Amino acid sequence: MALTPKMPGLIKGLAVTLKTLGRTVTQGPETVQYPHEKETPPIRARGVIALREDNCTVCMLCARSCPDWCIYIEGHKTLAPPRRAGGKPRSVSLLDRFDIDYALCMYCGICVEVCPFDALFWSPEYEYSESRIADLLHDKDKLGEWMETVPEAPELEAGAAKGKK
Amino acid sequence: MMLAVEIPYWGQSLFRVLGGIVAVLIPAGTIVYVFLFKMMSFMQSRLGPMEAGPYGSLQLVAEVGKWLQKEDTAPERADHSIFKLAPLIVLLSTFLLVAAVPFGPDAWITNFQAGVFYALAVSSISVLGILVAGWSSANKYSLLGGLRAAGQLIAYELPLVLATLGVVIQAGSMNMQDIVVAQGTESIFGWDGIGNPYVLTQFVGFLVFMIAVQAELTQPPFDMPIAESELVSGYMTEYSGFRFLIFFIAEFATVGVFSLIASILFLGGWSVPFSWFGWDSLDEVADWMNLAGPLILFTKMMVLSFLIMWVRFSFPRFREDQLQRFAWKFLIPLALANIVITAIFKVAM
Repeated sequence: MALTPKMPGLIKGLAVTLKTLGRTVTQGPETVQYPHEKETPPIRARGVIALREDNCTVCMLCARSCPDWCIYIEGHKTLAPPRRAGGKPRSVSLLDRFDIDYALCMYCGICVEVCPFDALFWSPEYEYSESRIADLLHDKDKLGEWMETVPEAPELEAGAAKGKK
Repeated sequence: MMLAVEIPYWGQSLFRVLGGIVAVLIPAGTIVYVFLFKMMSFMQSRLGPMEAGPYGSLQLVAEVGKWLQKEDTAPERADHSIFKLAPLIVLLSTFLLVAAVPFGPDAWITNFQAGVFYALAVSSISVLGILVAGWSSANKYSLLGGLRAAGQLIAYELPLVLATLGVVIQAGSMNMQDIVVAQGTESIFGWDGIGNPYVLTQFVGFLVFMIAVQAELTQPPFDMPIAESELVSGYMTEYSGFRFLIFFIAEFATVGVFSLIASILFLGGWSVPFSWFGWDSLDEVADWMNLAGPLILFTKMMVLSFLIMWVRFSFPRFREDQLQRFAWKFLIPLALANIVITAIFKVAM
């Protein structure tokens, strides 16, 4: 009968479940009881995207690279005072609106990667669910608040720093 | 025998109906909580429901409440009257099954002379319910699930019956009470320390019986009829609300009742080995066994349900052809051989 060689596998399978049962009873489960007990997410977890408004130049690279078109940017051009006395006033872009619709966002992180001025950061914060879907549209103030939760950038590996200085 | 008060017939009937309901629902609830909610979770290294009541013990109440609130929907093109009847037929067979189970020397609902025959006969009523559910749902998945269930239940009914025959031959009776007494009073080669639970002498029969029960209950690895990855939920697909609840109760109540029957046939049922207390026959059994018996039977039922659930949580699903081949080419010949050998021993000894 072809069934005889399969028997040890059957028993092994039963042993696996029984062993896990025993381990859960004696040493506790691998899971945590979420709302009562929270695990700290890993430092580079993709929780929410934070915005450092000062760094943003309204270049639109993030909005254009977003696969879901979930980033809305509006800005206007204005004149800033010259850097040095007697200089020409500089032309800068100011951000009027920077919204990320987390109901659309798929957490690919392309916007963070593509930003040339370090204006977008990943934060491991994940508890921002809403009962109204429209509330998932975070404006630039809210995205700015997430900056507080962004962890320090890890140290660069030896030799990874850029050549300047 | 022990009750001084004469209870009128309607009172007795009411008492038996209530006893039957309790005997079906308490094992079902216990099995769902202890095994389905907790043991399965532990086997997957998680805790399972923890919020409703201490350690989630009231989770089942919450689930039942949720199901009862839901709308009782039926597909537009379903055969409505039959569609609504189907879960009740399935549950009915469970309640009819428990009628044949003896819980103590006098604590039985009905003392059938051909109890084993009756139990095996009514257990197959559930096939009708399942087939009807699949057919009347007007849904191809339900129909496929129903047909698969019918094919499987009929295929595994045979090994179930044949495995039971070994016990019947050895006990010389089809009465479940007699089978229990035979296991309590017999001895193993003259040693009567543990009676003679037929799980020892009929081990092959026990094995075949438990495998067939697993398939009769459509528990994994024999859950082809409700294979959720291909058939949504098989014959239960279109059911919602309390009709789904009835299917759910029937599934786990039948686990309990089949475990009860298996513990009667193979583990000695409500009895302890009679030699422990110096009893020789059913009439000498003390009255307190009417209270202790159900508890003993319940313990044995939990052990067997544990086996059923353990296998359920450990193994992946059989393919349809493997499932049929296993029944017809392996289990049935094995059970037949078991009957022949049992008969030879019975005549020779």
